[in-house]
Amino acid sequence: MSVAILTLAVTIAQMALAVAMALAMVRMMRGPRAQDRVLGLDTLYVNSMLMLLVFGIRTGNTLYFEVSLIIAVFGFVATVALAKFLMRGEVIE
Amino acid sequence: MSHIAELPLWASVLVSIFLLIGAGLTLIGSFGFYRLGSFYDRLHAPTLGTSWGAAAILIASMICFSVLQSRPVFHELLIGIFVTITTPVTLMLLGRAALYRDRAEGNPEVPAMDPPKGVIEQGAAVDE
Amino acid sequence: MSRVFPYPLLIASLVAMWLLLTSFSLGQFIVGLAVALVAAQGMAALHPAKPRLRRWDLIGKLIVTVLYDIVRSNIDVARIILQGSRRPNTSGFMTIPLDLRDPTGLAVLAVILTATPGTAWLDYNAARGTLLLHVFDLVDEETWYELIKTRYEHLLMEIFE
Repeated sequence: MSVAILTLAVTIAQMALAVAMALAMVRMMRGPRAQDRVLGLDTLYVNSMLMLLVFGIRTGNTLYFEVSLIIAVFGFVATVALAKFLMRGEVIE
Repeated sequence: MSHIAELPLWASVLVSIFLLIGAGLTLIGSFGFYRLGSFYDRLHAPTLGTSWGAAAILIASMICFSVLQSRPVFHELLIGIFVTITTPVTLMLLGRAALYRDRAEGNPEVPAMDPPKGVIEQGAAVDE
Repeated sequence: MSRVFPYPLLIASLVAMWLLLTSFSLGQFIVGLAVALVAAQGMAALHPAKPRLRRWDLIGKLIVTVLYDIVRSNIDVARIILQGSRRPNTSGFMTIPLDLRDPTGLAVLAVILTATPGTAWLDYNAARGTLLLHVFDLVDEETWYELIKTRYEHLLMEIFE
């Protein structure tokens, strides 16, 4: 019983997160402006981080936790650098 | 998925509820991000995923591993704290960059620049 | 004492983070403490402005208020998004004059407002003390003004000033 409930919930959650990633990616490709693309990339990073956490629950492996922490750090650094670039036109002044 | 069989019923129900809440909120946030009309509206939508969307999935993960390893596992808190602190920083930077770009182009939809900032007052604060 | 432990709160949280990422054992505690002490020395070399907290007891109240508001605005924003195009667009910019001047208090206010779905902090004019916000559901400007002024700013001014 508990296996059936959790398997169903994990599958639905993964499908929802996959659709969310796809929507973020469509917005990232469409734009229309550079800030929309950067925000799309940031949303994509957050969604993939959550997807990895759900993978961790699915497989029962805590290794996925470290991976999602690293993805969160990379996403933050990437978005800050890109936002800085949008503001000034150069990353390092 | 053999490890799931070790979970008692109450734990799997709790984990499922939190997973569905988190994934649902994230999906709604991304859907809003896809659908909304202007950039400043879109700025609000992903916060659904990063506030309670992420929190619910992290709580689900904490419950799952705490029950599986029969000891409190709460290192997921680190991701929660990290996401809570970094999301406002990125959104604020992006919002200000967008505002700056729109103002530089003279877009009439954004409020105009305030009157010149108090350069003298700021200079005095630095000297202290 | 304060030369070895310049930022006790920073050291404590770094050690806690180290232990959470590895395992709770004496060896890891010693390694984590060494790393935290080096990091705190590096932090002290930067001479950041030390924030002053006046009222420790109100921080709990602030956290509870913010968590409650985040849940409420999550539901509001999700509802507006799901209503789709049947609903007229009600988002807009608004300017709020702030009395809060403490940099740490302003930073906390910025994090609160941006982390809450529905409000986004865009620009703060330090000379005039005005804040430019973008609000997702700007039906009644007065309500948002009251919410930010009385609910957050008042509390933050008591904590930090």
